[in-house]
Amino acid sequence: MFKILEKQVHSPVIKQFVVEAPRVAKSCKAGQFIILQINEEGERIPLTIADFDREKGTITIVFQEVGKSTIQLGEMEAGDYIKDFVGPLGEPTHIENVGTVVCVAGGVGIAPVHPIARAFKEAGNHVIGIMGARSKDLLFWEDKMAAACSELHVTTDDGSYVRQGFVTDVLKDIIEEKGKENIPLVVAIGPQPMMRAAANLTKEYDIKTIVSLNALMVDGTGMCGCCRISVGGETKFVCVDGPDFDGHQVNWAELALRQVYFKSEEQLALEYRECTCRNGGAE
Amino acid sequence: MADEKAKKTIDPKKHEMPVQDAKERAHNFEEVALGYDEETAVAEAQRCLQCKNEPCRKGCPVQVFIPQFIKMVAERDFDGAIKKIKEKNALPAVCGRVCPQENQCEKYCTLGKKFEPVGIGRLERFCADRELKMGVTVPEVAPPTGKKVAVVGSGPSGLTCASDLAKKGHEVTIFEALHVAGGVLMYGIPQFRLPKEVVQAEVENLKKLGVKIEVNSVVGKFSTVDELMEEEGFDAVYIGTGAGLPYFMGIPGENACGVYSANEFLTRTNLMKAYLFPKYDTPIKVGKKVAVLGGGNVAMDGARTALRLGAEESHIVYRRSHEELPARKEEAEHAEEEGVIFDLLTSPVEILSNEDGWVTGMKCIKYELGEPDASGRRSPIPIPGSEFIMDVDTVVVAIGQGPNPLVPRTTKGLELNKNGNIVANLETGATSKQGVYAGGDVVTGAATVILAMGAGRTAADSIHEYLTNK
Ligand SMILES: Cc1cc2nc3c(=O)[nH]c(=O)nc-3n(C[C@H](O)[C@H](O)[C@H](O)COP(=O)(O)OP(=O)(O)OC[C@H]3O[C@@H](n4cnc5c(N)ncnc54)[C@H](O)[C@@H]3O)c2cc1C
Ligand SMILES: Cc1cc2nc3c(=O)[nH]c(=O)nc-3n(C[C@H](O)[C@H](O)[C@H](O)COP(=O)(O)OP(=O)(O)OC[C@H]3O[C@@H](n4cnc5c(N)ncnc54)[C@H](O)[C@@H]3O)c2cc1C
Ligand code: SF4
Ligand code: SF4
Ligand code: FES
Ligand SMILES: [Mg+2]
Repeated sequence: MFKILEKQVHSPVIKQFVVEAPRVAKSCKAGQFIILQINEEGERIPLTIADFDREKGTITIVFQEVGKSTIQLGEMEAGDYIKDFVGPLGEPTHIENVGTVVCVAGGVGIAPVHPIARAFKEAGNHVIGIMGARSKDLLFWEDKMAAACSELHVTTDDGSYVRQGFVTDVLKDIIEEKGKENIPLVVAIGPQPMMRAAANLTKEYDIKTIVSLNALMVDGTGMCGCCRISVGGETKFVCVDGPDFDGHQVNWAELALRQVYFKSEEQLALEYRECTCRNGGAE
Repeated sequence: MADEKAKKTIDPKKHEMPVQDAKERAHNFEEVALGYDEETAVAEAQRCLQCKNEPCRKGCPVQVFIPQFIKMVAERDFDGAIKKIKEKNALPAVCGRVCPQENQCEKYCTLGKKFEPVGIGRLERFCADRELKMGVTVPEVAPPTGKKVAVVGSGPSGLTCASDLAKKGHEVTIFEALHVAGGVLMYGIPQFRLPKEVVQAEVENLKKLGVKIEVNSVVGKFSTVDELMEEEGFDAVYIGTGAGLPYFMGIPGENACGVYSANEFLTRTNLMKAYLFPKYDTPIKVGKKVAVLGGGNVAMDGARTALRLGAEESHIVYRRSHEELPARKEEAEHAEEEGVIFDLLTSPVEILSNEDGWVTGMKCIKYELGEPDASGRRSPIPIPGSEFIMDVDTVVVAIGQGPNPLVPRTTKGLELNKNGNIVANLETGATSKQGVYAGGDVVTGAATVILAMGAGRTAADSIHEYLTNK
């Protein structure tokens, strides 16, 4: 059992927990994730390690409510316990000093980008952060990102905060302004269409781009193959070979199709939940 | 004279195992084989000839005291019988159900030369089930030695090793990657063949010996084997991480939606209880026509599971003929009775899908059996021009598994073979690294429960010796 120590609500659909998980906190690195299972009936869902405190033995997760499990998670409060919480999983992001790194975060992708940006900065890089969301109320951690990056650019799709436009628009401006030869590396994490757009853009400039894939997962240890995806024509298991991959090599179309594998079941799970909730949990 | 009499009255047939009706069971996840009742068990035990040379024992990888326990059953000393079994076998309720007895103990049974062999596995199961029902007595544990051992993986191999070491007085901690202990017994072998309650009852017994089980603990991630020894003070480590890495065919279309590895298909269903969706959250999708690729136990389990999840047709697609099916005979028979269709001498070359990425069919080629090769096996040869399209919407790949690379990759100085299996001395379980032992599927490649258990026991003996002399 893993205790939720703190809860923070960033928006009606974006929430943050600090969870007591000393073993995960002891060894985790930027780019890794955990898998949790709320209760006996729960499914195993992967969430990125958005922050950690080795001394206190805690892990921070930030999640967006998109379906049955994340909504249920969002209803939990500080003091509640999560049944299972395993990690760190996945390969850490490869951190080195390359000079300048642009870290692009879209939506809830701000959470996974944060520790990566911080690690690149600690490694001596000039880190240019770009964060954006559909609208102002979906933005969070501007302060933490500002601290993690050397410079930070904020944007909203609808223009409700700072400037109007996609994170990729900002990315393009920055590449044009600084010159592609001065930007050896881009990291882009967020919704799939955003990562794909970012990768397409940087391909034009031939700038190496790391993305973090959110394939469907079950075990997260390389045992089931559910998370497999073609990268550079080879099948990779996202949970053990990734989640970071070269964005120019990813078969995005395949990933998009596999992502909605269980769409109708997920809908059913949500309806079933609403129905049992209305009946006070009875079947 | 007694022998004379015995010979005359011996029933040539094993007492039948009561089973759920095939039509009915094909649609539920209840256990197929229901187990002997007391009278049947006693009657079956009375068939045993009590052979002095004990040929049956030699067929058992852990040398269960077979004639001895069977005699006790015949005399209705059931408590004595289970004690006798447990001297050699830590998980009798499991082995009695899933051991390939026809190739092991029962294969060497004297009675089997003329008649059907004694139902050794069924008797073992009877004794174990009875004990689980009546309440298990905890075996004696030696006084603490002050030595700490880490066991990585809680499959049958790790559980056995842990149990033996705990009885010898060592402080044992099992680290398991998943959220429950049991390995393949929990995530792979289906509920209808091995109820998960039985596995968990055995795991609970282990805890009574003082073994600590840390689930949600992926070694190689939260800590490496080296760190366990250097930082967490473990004096020795046993690696029993199994063969969990699913192989795919490497044919076009294999990443389409509707293609599962057997591990995924079975894990969703067994471990995550997707058959109870939406009460349980984990989804599974099975279409109308399912093709399971492969011919082993795993493939049979996949095909039978597909029927139970509601598939209209479930096919086994296998490159060789019926004779070469690597699955246990009983499992293939059960599958056939339930309506699984066998497409033999057939192999897929491509999986076809529509624009939404969903499987719409499978292009296959027919095979014929050629001349026997050096091993005496007739190898399948593709028939040119025999390609055809099989109409399926779900494919389950069950062509085998390799060792999970996490521990091998992160442990310094551990010798591996070319397939990535850990190299260990089969007589001792010792690896190339001092204080580190290994056994089970991670060493041998995918094998059997009882062999994995045997390896766990062997290693426990060597670890005990190592720690005693250290
Ligand atoms: C490595 C990784 C890191 C992630 N990090 C974060 C994070 O930090 N914050 C965050 O909000 N989300 C993150 N996600 C996505 C998150 O796992 C899904 O949003 C969540 O599982 C949805 O579950 P649900 O039951 O609420 O929604 P559902 O209605 O079941 O699903 C909604 C969508 O979420 C995705 N999804 C569903 N089940 C899974 C699963 N088992 N594994 C992966 N994706 C699934 C699918 O695309 C699905 O269509 C991450 C995913 C991966 C693979
Ligand atoms: C579907 C199926 C049906 C089968 N049917 C039969 C049958 O009828 N009869 C029979 O005799 N055999 C059968 N087998 C084979 C048998 O189950 C295996 O040979 C046996 O389970 C191997 O035992 P093990 O202890 O070596 O490994 P496993 O049972 O594979 O257990 C290994 C454990 O280690 C854990 N692990 C892996 N990596 C790590 C890590 N890094 N850190 C911590 N833990 C880790 C895994 O999660 C797992 O729990 C079947 C196998 C399958 C898949
Ligand atoms: S453990 Fe398996 S092989 Fe040994 S006696 Fe029991 S059923 Fe037979
Ligand atoms: S070989 Fe068969 S008949 Fe003989 S002792 Fe063993 S079980 Fe009994
Ligand atoms: S989630 Fe099962 S192999 Fe990656
Ligand atoms: Mg869900």
